[in-house]
Amino acid sequence: MERHFDEELEVIRRKLVEMGGLAEQLIGRSIQILVSRDNTLSEEVWPAEQIVNQKQIEIDEGCLELLARHQPMATDLRFLVSTLRITGELERIADQAVNITEAALVLIVRPEVKPLIDIPRMATLASGMVKDSLDAFVRKDTRLARAVLTRDDQVDGYKNQIFRELLTYMLSDPKTIERAIELILISRHLERIADHATNVAEDAIYYVEGRDVRHHAGEAAAPSGESRPF
Amino acid sequence: MEVMGEEVETLDKLPQIRLDTPARPESLPAEKEKIRIEDFSFWYGKTKALDGITSRVYQNRITAYIGPSGCGKSTFLRCLNRMNDLIPHTRWEGRIFLDEEEISRPSLDLTALRRQVGMVFQKSNPFPKTIFENVAFGLRIAGEGNLPKLSAAVEESLKQAALWEEVKDKLERSALALSGGQQQRLCIARALAVRPEVILLDEPCSQLDPISTAKIEELLLDLKSRYTIVLVTHNMQQAARVSDFSGFFLLGQLVEFDDTRKLFTTPSDKRTEDYITGRFG
Repeated sequence: MERHFDEELEVIRRKLVEMGGLAEQLIGRSIQILVSRDNTLSEEVWPAEQIVNQKQIEIDEGCLELLARHQPMATDLRFLVSTLRITGELERIADQAVNITEAALVLIVRPEVKPLIDIPRMATLASGMVKDSLDAFVRKDTRLARAVLTRDDQVDGYKNQIFRELLTYMLSDPKTIERAIELILISRHLERIADHATNVAEDAIYYVEGRDVRHHAGEAAAPSGESRPF
Repeated sequence: MEVMGEEVETLDKLPQIRLDTPARPESLPAEKEKIRIEDFSFWYGKTKALDGITSRVYQNRITAYIGPSGCGKSTFLRCLNRMNDLIPHTRWEGRIFLDEEEISRPSLDLTALRRQVGMVFQKSNPFPKTIFENVAFGLRIAGEGNLPKLSAAVEESLKQAALWEEVKDKLERSALALSGGQQQRLCIARALAVRPEVILLDEPCSQLDPISTAKIEELLLDLKSRYTIVLVTHNMQQAARVSDFSGFFLLGQLVEFDDTRKLFTTPSDKRTEDYITGRFG
């Protein structure tokens, strides 16, 4: 039986996708400012972050209303609870993009410490994780969600590599320390973004399978045989 | 974008940030009042059953009134089509309007009112006739004798009541052979057949199993685009699920009336909060 309730869930799902798209664009934009050294690109960042915040409130209100009015069970309940968690993750992701933008604006008025190579790659990876984790949730694709979880190690690898490389610059020329620290902080923000994306991926697995895979990555492996639909 | 001779692809592909998304959804358009209840009180003999009720029923919306047994909600519902007139020793004060017409005045044509304001009861009460005749009954009473017209009206009403597919091949069978949920949908079809503007439902699902209840609830949501619906129930989950506006009755008073979203998430009155959270009493 087609339920009116499903239409209301669909509205929430659509808003969540919009919110995720905006957060993902903010990551790209913040790195674009750093790479292109064009500060005019930063103008839209703050208003966009405000919209992300607003969407969080809007979606959370919608979830709360549906929880109160429908006392949803099973998949419906897990969908709404996961959505409430995911809006929190996306909001933090947007905050991190703003942090990157602020660091970028400091850096681009000064000479480059070194050409940027790993940070744009790391940003592409983290941004892809955000996109894929949300796609996994919306499309109920737990294989994609698990793929996101494994990519987190690559992000950590980039972060360590960036740190080691910049350390050598700082040791050889103390004048680079301030700028190098800003770059290290940017890599830290990207790493946090990837962490939030893994949380979203874990929520996707919880929503689809009813399995809580947080805090024990070893158990995040797919159950043997076909993934069991709940 | 090229960085150190290497293509970093994502950055070029990033779409522009869209800033045209409205920050807040636009506020709802103003609701149109269908029924207006002004300071209405009602007595059975010396017992005051309703005490100064002021409320609104909005057009093409589902309005639910909830409350514990004996709170006055069914009495209130029956005032909206004057069913209480059948009970001796009753009187009332205050006024009720349907659109601009006062329906609480003594001289009102009650037959005309009940054609405009149909009712479905707690216990499904099909007549001991065929399915067809049950739905056609109101139209026959109103003088419609043309069989093709009756057939068309019966089919449309049964379709609106989401019962057509289940009974279309057995319209000549007794309505009493239908299941409880089907009988209740038949009663809804019977109420719809005379093309009312408002449908009153008094505990329409209290005798039904969860599946039949879900069917009736989906039906009400479908019907509200064409009718104005008033629902009385002590099943507050049902009120929360289907209604747009909700009122909470207690001891003959309307304690709180609000948008259903508000009433069930952040009620204003402590008594409402206690009732909907099950702390009552």
